[in-house]
Amino acid sequence: MIDIVCHIVMLMLIVSFGAAFVRVVIGPTLPDRVVALDLAATIVVALILTHCVQTGSAYYIPAAISIALLSFVGTVALALYIRRGGAS
Amino acid sequence: MIREIMVSLFLLMGGILSLIAVAGVLRMPDIFTRMHAATKVGTVGVSSITIGLMIHFGSITVLSRGILVIAFFLLTAPVAAHMIARAAYRSGVSLWILTRIDEWKTHGEIGQDEE
Repeated sequence: MIDIVCHIVMLMLIVSFGAAFVRVVIGPTLPDRVVALDLAATIVVALILTHCVQTGSAYYIPAAISIALLSFVGTVALALYIRRGGAS
Repeated sequence: MIREIMVSLFLLMGGILSLIAVAGVLRMPDIFTRMHAATKVGTVGVSSITIGLMIHFGSITVLSRGILVIAFFLLTAPVAAHMIARAAYRSGVSLWILTRIDEWKTHGEIGQDEE
């Protein structure tokens, strides 16, 4: 039962990941793309945690934590870059 | 059995919330409303999946790491969203055409910019 549920949830998360990248491609401005990339990183963390549940191995949780950390640092760096004038 | 049902419910809730977050990011008209969808719903989705993970394993190491993941997301998501929103408003991203309240424009700048 858990296995089937994990497959369904991973399918949902992969669809969400692809749709977030649609916004990355069509986003009118740079902050739109930054928001969509942040959401994509969040979905990747959720995907890793679902994989942990599916395989029953808890060794990937630090990878999820470090991806969340990198996402935060990258988002803050891009926000500072936009504030200094950005690409415009 | 109860544990499996609870884990399944939390995982499905996380997946559905992620779909809702992406639907908001795709369909909302403005960057600020898009950020509203992405930050809140995305954070709650990941927190729900983490709670499912903690219930599934049930050991103290996974519990502590799961609490770490949830606390990290709850701490960093508002900070990142605030910084992006401030930078976007400063760099002149136009608001939605039906926006009714723009307090920064009506009240002026209260805090001095530190650049």
